[in-house]
Amino acid sequence: MCSETTSTYSSKDAVICRGVGKTWAAGTKRAHEALRDIDLDVKPGEFVVLLGPSGCGKSTLLYLIAGLEDATGGQIWSFRDRVEAPSPDRSLIFQETSLFPWLTVWQNVSFGLSLRGAPESERRAIAAEALQRVGLSAAMDKRPDELSGGMRQRVAVARALAMRPKVLLMDEPFAALDVQTRARMQDFLLDVWRDSGASILFVTHHIDEAVALADRVVVFTSRPGRIKTIVPIDMARPRNLFSPEAEALRIQLTELLRDEVDRAFAEQEAFGATA
Amino acid sequence: MALAEAGGIKPAGASASGWSFPVMMGRLVDRSVVWRALEKLFWTCLSVGMFAGIWELFWWFGWADAKLLPPPHVFVGSVVDQAKFFNTATRWSIGTAMNSGPTPFEAVLITLGATTGRVFSGLLIASVLAIGMGVLIRYFLLMDRMVLPTITLLSPVSPIAWLPVAIFLFGIGNAPAIFMVVIALFFHMVLATINQIDNVSPNFINVARTMGATKRQIYGRVIVPAILPGMLAVLRLNLFGAWMVVLIAESTGVGYGMGQVIMLARNTFNPSLVFFCIFLIGLLGFVFDWLLRQAQRRILYWLPDATEKLRVL
Repeated sequence: MCSETTSTYSSKDAVICRGVGKTWAAGTKRAHEALRDIDLDVKPGEFVVLLGPSGCGKSTLLYLIAGLEDATGGQIWSFRDRVEAPSPDRSLIFQETSLFPWLTVWQNVSFGLSLRGAPESERRAIAAEALQRVGLSAAMDKRPDELSGGMRQRVAVARALAMRPKVLLMDEPFAALDVQTRARMQDFLLDVWRDSGASILFVTHHIDEAVALADRVVVFTSRPGRIKTIVPIDMARPRNLFSPEAEALRIQLTELLRDEVDRAFAEQEAFGATA
Repeated sequence: MALAEAGGIKPAGASASGWSFPVMMGRLVDRSVVWRALEKLFWTCLSVGMFAGIWELFWWFGWADAKLLPPPHVFVGSVVDQAKFFNTATRWSIGTAMNSGPTPFEAVLITLGATTGRVFSGLLIASVLAIGMGVLIRYFLLMDRMVLPTITLLSPVSPIAWLPVAIFLFGIGNAPAIFMVVIALFFHMVLATINQIDNVSPNFINVARTMGATKRQIYGRVIVPAILPGMLAVLRLNLFGAWMVVLIAESTGVGYGMGQVIMLARNTFNPSLVFFCIFLIGLLGFVFDWLLRQAQRRILYWLPDATEKLRVL
C-alpha cells in the first residue's frame, strides 16, 4: 500500500487501479461523482468487459486509464508506470466514428506515425499491414465517407493497432452498428486480440456482448459508479453463445444489472419529482 | 472485393479506376448532369423573372412611378445611356473631357473590376488575419485574456463609424476602401473562428492526444482542417458583407468604383442608374458566391450535401 505514493508499482499488470474516483466539476454546485473507489487489475493479454447501466461512469474510467482526464482520487498504473498523460501504449477507440474525414483511410491509420515524422513509405507499409489485419486492404485509398459504419470502426481499430498498443481501450465501439454487423465485429475483434496480444478493456451495456467477449466481466453499480462484482467467464473459445452455460451467464448478469437499472430509474423519478 | 461489396463501398463510379479519361468525358456529357444544371438555371431565371415581372406589372398598372422606381426594362434597357456615367476613370483630372478615355462599356468593366478587386483584397486580408488571430487566441491563454475583450468590444461597431478613421489614416484611394472592408469583417470573423474551434469534435482531439500529438500538432493537423468547412461558410457570408461595405467605402473619393457611381446617381437624382448599379452588384455577388460554392465543393470533398435531409421532408 505504501507504494501508492511512488510513481512505480511492483506489479507488471497492464492496468492497475487503486481507489480510483472521479468527480466532475469538483468544488462547484454542479459537482457530481461519477466513480468511487475503483480497484481493478488487468493482466497482460486479458480481455475485460466493463458492464453497467448507461451513465454509470464506465466510460469515465476508460478516459482516466487513457490519461485523457485526471482522476480526483486514487491512482492508476500501467506496466509499472503511473498514468499521468495519454500514451500511444494505450489506444482508445470511440463509439462514434472518430476518423478524420479530410484524410484517406491509410493516412488515418498512419496518423500517429506521421506525428513522429515517419517517412511516407514506412507509414504506407505499416498502414497496409494494419489494414490487412482488419481485412480492409482494398479500402486503403478510400475516404472515410465512402465506408459503412462497420468498416469505419474496423479502420479505427487498425489505426489503434498501428501504434502497437499494449492496452486497447474500447468505449462501446460497436453500439452504433446493427445486430448482425456487431456479431461479426465481435468475432473480428477476438481475432485481432489474439494476434496482437494486447489487453483489452471494453465498455458496453450489452450483456450478450459481454458474454461473447470477456475473460472477466466487471459489473458496475450506478451513480456513483462502483464495482459491484467481477464475474469470470471461463468458457472455451470460440464460444457457443447458445449453450446452457452462456444462457446461465446471461441470466446471472441480467439479474446483477436489473437491480442497478431499477435503482437508476428510481433516482431519475425522484429527480423528476424535485425538478 | 467481396468484402467491399458486403461492406457497402460505393459502386464503380466512385472507385479509383473509375476516373479514367473516357469515364470523365462520359460524366461531362452525362445527360443527368446537364439536365440538372439546366434545371437549376431555369429556376434561377424564373426566380429573378418573377421578381422583375411583378415590378413590371406595378409599373404597367401605374402604381410604380417610372421616375422613382424605374422597372427593369427601363434601367437595363438604357445601359448605353447609363454606362457613360461610369466614365469616371479620368473624370477628376483637370482638362479631361467627359468623352475622352475608355469607352462607356470599358468604363463599366473598369469600375466593376476596381470594386471587385477591393472586395477580394479586403476579404483575403481579413480572413488571413482573423483566422490567425482566432487560432492564436485559443492557443495562448494570454492572448485570450489580453485581446479577446477588445475584439468583442469592437465587433459591434458599424462600418460607417470606421469611415472617418479610414480617411484619417489612409486619405483617399484604394487603401481606405480595403481598410474598411478588412475592419468591417475582421472582428466578427475572429469570433466566428473561435466558435468553430470550440465546436471541433472532442473525439478528434482525444484521438490525436492518445497518439502522442503535441499541442502544436493538434492545432495544425486536427483543429485547422476540422474548422475549414465552417470557415468556408463564414467566408461565403462575409463575401456578401464585403460587397456591402465596399460601397460605403467607395462613396468617399476613391477615384472610381460602384459606390462612387451610386453616390453620383444619388446626387444627380438618377434612379435608373441606382437600380442599374444594384443589378450589376447583385449579378456579381451571385456569380462569386457560385464560384465560391464550387470551390467549397472541390476543397471539402468529404462533406455530404446538407440540403438533402431537408428535401425529403
